Amino acid sequence: MSDPGNLAYTLHVNGAPHDVRDAWVGESLLFVLRERLGLMGSKGACEQGECGSCSVLVDGNLVCSCLVLAAGAVGQDIVTIEGISPGAPSDVQQAFVDAGAVQCGFCTPGLVMAAHSLLDRSPDPSELEIREELSGNICRCTGYGRIIDAVQRVAVARRSAS
Amino acid sequence: MSVLVPTSLDGALQALADHPDATVLAGGTDLMVEFNGGHRRPSDVVVVNRVPELCTWRHDPATSTLRIGAAVTYAEIESEPIATWVPALAQAARTVGSPQIRHAATIGGNVGTCSPAGDGLPVLAALDALVELTSAAGVRTVPFAEFMVGPKRTTRAAGELITAVTVPVLDGWQGYTKVGVRNAMVIATASVAFAVSNADRRVALALGSVGPTILRCPEAEAFAAEHADFAAGRLAADAVAACSELVRDTARPIDDHRSSADYRRHAVGVLAGRLLRRAFPHE
Repeated sequence: MSDPGNLAYTLHVNGAPHDVRDAWVGESLLFVLRERLGLMGSKGACEQGECGSCSVLVDGNLVCSCLVLAAGAVGQDIVTIEGISPGAPSDVQQAFVDAGAVQCGFCTPGLVMAAHSLLDRSPDPSELEIREELSGNICRCTGYGRIIDAVQRVAVARRSAS
Repeated sequence: MSVLVPTSLDGALQALADHPDATVLAGGTDLMVEFNGGHRRPSDVVVVNRVPELCTWRHDPATSTLRIGAAVTYAEIESEPIATWVPALAQAARTVGSPQIRHAATIGGNVGTCSPAGDGLPVLAALDALVELTSAAGVRTVPFAEFMVGPKRTTRAAGELITAVTVPVLDGWQGYTKVGVRNAMVIATASVAFAVSNADRRVALALGSVGPTILRCPEAEAFAAEHADFAAGRLAADAVAACSELVRDTARPIDDHRSSADYRRHAVGVLAGRLLRRAFPHE
């Protein structure tokens, strides 16, 4: 991505405007988040939408930021892992800690975003639903058991709190 | 170099008229892989998934048709109410990538890329879908079979935008199934779509990933329709086997990095047999 670029635009990320300058036409949102805005929480690995480690919310929809054209996301509401719960862990993040759902941690930001997206849409997911909803997030350490446990813990906690 | 993000259909058509060589990008799930990998260097890009006219669908009970805007996502197509009207398309949608991919990927993008492995395409072929193409000069509709002319080759002209696909809402069983190396996040090594019209006493079978285009199976369709008892949901076991054989004969698979031609030919026969048995559960 060393191409010269002349694009200038503004992205709305985690509730604040961020100016992007001298950008190349084909830059992905993931590239702009990490390399131009310094938001390193979204991870880059496959760059083809297979690993899910770059997952973010765009207008509330969970997407792979590597497959979003950054300049095409102008005017959309982008939430990254840095914006999911600033200052303190979200319930999902805390559940990942409590359940031991983190090993190397590389996939964790994407999985946390996917878990938030799932639980916001489906407060009481079955294990099959959790597995299907997290099928786009690859973890090569934990084997998913504790990740599913973490999601189920949040579902139980949210139900008992409501 | 520019990225244009029109927010109306007129704006999108004007952008394409001004930049006839522009790359049209909808959900980005195909094109961004090529951008990221350096396989395609875009100059001008027209982003079309913020055009409201392309993001809506319309069910017309009078004609029993569903018109799906080109930028409707697979996440919406796998959900109600579209899943009730076009179950096979919903099943195909649910096999596309992951939730992340389906939130972005659009049916128009699937049609525009027109890969023989595109999951929505066998369903569109089986349903005799109409592809709507719009340009500054006007609107034309093309049967899907005339739209796809080869692997990633279509009859879309420069300056034309895929604006919708229209499919019939049928009264019979329909389904889609595919094989790949795992259940999620996989490109089909072979796929089959199947649809029954009880009113017409017809069936439709279409194959993906086993030819340069999506292949319909006229011999197998005619054989199944002749031997099936539509009212009773009955098709004899030897008729299912004969249909599977006709499907295998129709396939024109190749060896490539994903699979062998022999396996693909075998697989579409098995998949077609499964779908026939689900559609006609009684022997």
